[in-house]
Amino acid sequence: MNYVIIGNGAAAVGAVEGIRRTDKENPVTLVSNEPYRAYGRPLISNLLSGKIKEADIYLRAENFYEVQGVRPILGKRATGIDLEKNRVLLEIGDAVPFDRLLIATGGIPFIPPIRGKDGSGVYTFTTLDDAKKLAARVGKVKKAVVVGGGLIGLKAAEGLNDRGVKVTVVELADRILSSAFDRQAGDIIERRLREVGLEIILNNSVEEIVRVRGRVKGVALKSGEMVEASDVVIAIGVVPNKAIVEGTRIITNRGALTDEYMETNVAGVYAAGDVVEPTDLLLGQRRVTPIWPNAYIQGKFAGMNMAGSRKSYGGSIPMNSIEFYGIPTVSIGVSNPPGEGYEVRTSGDPAENVYRKIVFKDDRLVGAVLVGRIEKAGVLTGLIADRVDVGAFKDELLEGDFGFVRIPVETRRRILAVAR
Amino acid sequence: MKRVYAKEEVCIGCRLCEVACVVEHSGSKNPVKAFKGIKPRPVPRNYVDEGGPLSFSVNCRHCDEPLCVAVCIAGAMTKDEASGVVKHNAEKCAGCWSCIMACPYGVVRVDPGKNRVVKCDLCDGRGTPACVQACPNRALVFEER
Ligand SMILES: Cc1cc2nc3c(=O)[nH]c(=O)nc-3n(C[C@H](O)[C@H](O)[C@H](O)COP(=O)(O)OP(=O)(O)OC[C@H]3O[C@@H](n4cnc5c(N)ncnc54)[C@H](O)[C@@H]3O)c2cc1C
Repeated sequence: MNYVIIGNGAAAVGAVEGIRRTDKENPVTLVSNEPYRAYGRPLISNLLSGKIKEADIYLRAENFYEVQGVRPILGKRATGIDLEKNRVLLEIGDAVPFDRLLIATGGIPFIPPIRGKDGSGVYTFTTLDDAKKLAARVGKVKKAVVVGGGLIGLKAAEGLNDRGVKVTVVELADRILSSAFDRQAGDIIERRLREVGLEIILNNSVEEIVRVRGRVKGVALKSGEMVEASDVVIAIGVVPNKAIVEGTRIITNRGALTDEYMETNVAGVYAAGDVVEPTDLLLGQRRVTPIWPNAYIQGKFAGMNMAGSRKSYGGSIPMNSIEFYGIPTVSIGVSNPPGEGYEVRTSGDPAENVYRKIVFKDDRLVGAVLVGRIEKAGVLTGLIADRVDVGAFKDELLEGDFGFVRIPVETRRRILAVAR
Repeated sequence: MKRVYAKEEVCIGCRLCEVACVVEHSGSKNPVKAFKGIKPRPVPRNYVDEGGPLSFSVNCRHCDEPLCVAVCIAGAMTKDEASGVVKHNAEKCAGCWSCIMACPYGVVRVDPGKNRVVKCDLCDGRGTPACVQACPNRALVFEER
């Protein structure tokens, strides 16, 4: 039995650990075009800002692959999957045969067709190499523009700002962090980011990256304004990196599609992480949710199932935890109710950077946004995931002094007695 | 593995388990120094949940499939395969609070004043955890189930 994993991110590491739950013997080969051992991708902003060093970014001990019996092929791209001969083709060197294959190729930055985007001075921000390239510019850059006010864009902006770069963020929507957080949370963070020196332009977009003799001089906005900058980071979002499966029998929609065991329509071929379009547990429909927890957990389930277990991955719940300049913020589940039928309650004092929003659907908790005070946020996550009837203590959930004592004894014992 | 379990029928809500936890994880192991000498005041890695006549201590379950480990972007949370203990490496912690967002028991806490979390280590190497030993009414037990 040969296991092959394409990718080396959270999903791949989860898969290795999942496979080794039951199968301690058969060889695992892992291919990644990135030349590094697995690292905490979200930490590239900490590397850029100088909060951590490169040596601190790695996810597992240096001997991880050895201990786990994994042959890593790093720095090589997989160029195709041959489903007839069950092998993965590499850009250089031999093909790698597999009996069970995991596609864990993650996401790739979405780059809109902005004029002037090709050439020096324009970056993306999703890899360690991206962070290193930007870090190498520190000291030379005075002004930079970040295109996109989502999580990744703001992380890039924070990293640059910490290094003394004057950063302008350009966001198409009328608020930052619009997909993962709600307006109130976005507004609080926006205010804080402005306080520490970021410039944020909303309701606008970059029409052109203006170059003079090839060198970036700034960006021209849709509104007609011009923002001066020598460097531009494009961080509009990531999309599933499904190139490797295109043209094969493996079915994709926005992302790769799998069943509840993380197996694709082709037997023996699994997919996990940002490349997948998983079922959203709360919405009951497929939705791309490119976050670390989903990637690792899907990888783990894929790995366990590849090794012969039969473990159903229930579905994903979006969740994000970020902290910008002293304001911790968490969002879980439905943070922006998509329509009728939801009950929303809020508390806190946004002027003091404290805010709490709880979203119910009937007597079930389905979402939460916490700003400033995030203690025990996971209890809410648990209540959402377990679909606990919270009808009797909705107000306590809002005030944050909720305790397990309020849960009916049977449910409570079930939650607390067992270890997951 | 042996875990700490609470018996709500006999918990008197005295919070000595919380005190014992803070003291055990202080350098001095002295309650007055632990609470008064360290600024900001350290937090216990367990907490007593209380409502009306009911109370019980909530503590880390050292899960078989720990969510705190799954979501940790820094590799700071690990499940020790041999002992089963879910360990936290403060050096690696990036203070992203993902574990706080994920732990359904609410037992991962912000280390006050620091950019990292703290959690139960089952009093690493101590044998019976301090919280269990401190409980005056045996409302905490340390056993295999
Ligand atoms: C700056 C930043 C901050 C973030 N912050 C957070 C956060 O705070 N919380 C959170 O939950 N998520 C965050 N994320 C998202 C999180 O990093 C991803 O969800 C997670 O990394 C997905 O893991 P994955 O294993 O699916 O894919 P990836 O981590 O993207 O790994 C995929 C790997 O596959 C490799 N690969 C792709 N194609 C091939 C090929 N053909 N051949 C060989 N190798 C290939 C890639 O090079 C890559 O190494 C952040 C992301 C970024 C960029």
